[in-house]
Amino acid sequence: MSSITGRSAVEQGPGPSGDNARGRRRLGDTLFGGGAGLAGVIVIVIVVFTGVFLAISAVPSVLDDKVNFLTSTEWQTSAGNLRFGILQILWTTVSISVIAMIIAVPLGVANALFLTQYAPKWLARPAATVIDLLAAIPSIVYGLWGIQVFAPHLTGLQTFLNDVLGWFPLFAGPVSTGTVFIAGIVLAVMVLPIITAMSREVFAQTPAANKEGALALGATKWEMIRTAVLPFGRAGVISAAMLGLGRALGETIAITIIVSSVAPGAGFFASWLQGGETFASKIANNAAEFNNPESTGAYIAAGLVLFVLTFVVNALARIVINRRKAFA
Amino acid sequence: MSAVQTPERELPAALADSRGQGGRKVRNSIATVVVVLAFVIAVIPLVWILWTVIERGASLLVDSTWWLNSQRGITPRIVGGGAYHAIVGTLLQALATAVIAVPLGIMSAILLVEYGASRIARVVSFTVDILSGLPSIVAALFIYAFWITTLGFDRSGFAVSLALVLLMVPVVVRSTEEMLKLVPNELREASYALGVPKWKTIVRIVLPTAFSGILTGVLLGLARIMGETAPLLILVGYTQSINMDLFGGNMAALPLMINNDRQQALEPAVERVWAAALTLVLIVLVLNIAGRAIARFSSLKK
Repeated sequence: MSSITGRSAVEQGPGPSGDNARGRRRLGDTLFGGGAGLAGVIVIVIVVFTGVFLAISAVPSVLDDKVNFLTSTEWQTSAGNLRFGILQILWTTVSISVIAMIIAVPLGVANALFLTQYAPKWLARPAATVIDLLAAIPSIVYGLWGIQVFAPHLTGLQTFLNDVLGWFPLFAGPVSTGTVFIAGIVLAVMVLPIITAMSREVFAQTPAANKEGALALGATKWEMIRTAVLPFGRAGVISAAMLGLGRALGETIAITIIVSSVAPGAGFFASWLQGGETFASKIANNAAEFNNPESTGAYIAAGLVLFVLTFVVNALARIVINRRKAFA
Repeated sequence: MSAVQTPERELPAALADSRGQGGRKVRNSIATVVVVLAFVIAVIPLVWILWTVIERGASLLVDSTWWLNSQRGITPRIVGGGAYHAIVGTLLQALATAVIAVPLGIMSAILLVEYGASRIARVVSFTVDILSGLPSIVAALFIYAFWITTLGFDRSGFAVSLALVLLMVPVVVRSTEEMLKLVPNELREASYALGVPKWKTIVRIVLPTAFSGILTGVLLGLARIMGETAPLLILVGYTQSINMDLFGGNMAALPLMINNDRQQALEPAVERVWAAALTLVLIVLVLNIAGRAIARFSSLKK
């Protein structure tokens, strides 16, 4: 329940200076303020350490890498013979997230409109809770359901896509069961609650005057939404999509379960109808290989790239929403 | 309502392209159908997943064996045993996480709201944003690089808890912050006017007033971390036996149990996978719904 718009309810005044009658600071205030400050410092240190430690562990392996870290599709991490590159992993990661976004953003916006503009009062709140519950289901259950229950239903669709669009690299065969395409759809369901909740919040704040004005000019409900609600919520929706993307990029276990990993050394392939590995699933699949610093470093390098990716995406989301606040 | 026929009349851009009344009505109806359909599409997976785990896993849960026994000595061929070892592991790791994350989160939130003018508060707010977007696998890798590689500790349940702290803190901070902001300033001012020091005002007036909301945040944070799998894969090994020691040896947890047994094709093991999934979903949903219910009856309202 994070508020992402508007100013805080409390414009915090400074409160008492904490001086007692003799003009000395009270011990209790010093201790308590210090405690709060300490907690803050710990949080800052944790985040700084995360970046620092990942970098320290990753750098030696990247320096020892015999192939280009950014453009190679190989992944050999035996000590003394490091040949690893992230191109294929990056492609799979981005592909799955893009598919998820293509589905989840329109669906999330439509859901937010339903909850704020269409649903009757008695339904709006329970309906919102139901969508929030989608976020409560653990990833591993999504993964299990995705591969064992949902994927079989998509075999026909995938074969059809391959038959019709097979000439296009994204839909090239051979079609496998645990594909990037299916993972993207399941991931769309997983990030839907985030996008819905945030869009809902901005749509709900549309000034009533704007909506009434549109209706008074004779606009239909849909025209009112297009002219008043959507423009007002645009920044919030972009920001929501970014946060959803950040979540999608880092999803681990559902992807690990759903997407079948591909034999190493296959060379680059672009198809969405085959398996692959994302940064997160690559690391999860090979946790057993963390037996020497060199090969561990290779995986930590992948983790570091993921960290940077999600950081950039989330930072952009914050920037968009903060610029909006300035005008609110 | 006669149709506007004069093209010179200034209409909003969105209305200008559809001057026929019929076309506008049709579009409006289409939009309504699409929006309602979107909601139905969103509900389908929720119902489908819940129905799947209940249908495939419920039969084992009604037996007390499931709640009281571990998987010790059970092979994929054998029907029997339970998830006690995994349930205990999940609860212990969550408890250890909460012991660290809750005080840290609440104190950080107090810093943000009650001492919000300071520069450190702005930096903390920014870092909490980073933490809330941190992928769980990256948190796990950090703990691996720091706790296991650098400090030389073994993989253990506690290492998992440390990674989970990183995921729980932002949830607790943000929800506590929300609640503290809702506490009316008049309460603080009345307390100051009586000569009560600032720290005592916060501890005795502000925190109790916001208590239910803080509790909600803690419950939602717990629900989030209990379903996490990535840190478990990297930071602790799975065991079929009961291990209550957070600091030594392999330790089971529900997600690990699911992940370990899902590669089996034999019927008894498959059934246990779904039963473990249902158990996990039940725990998480109960926490979630409890959190929301408490928020509903909170004295502070937006």
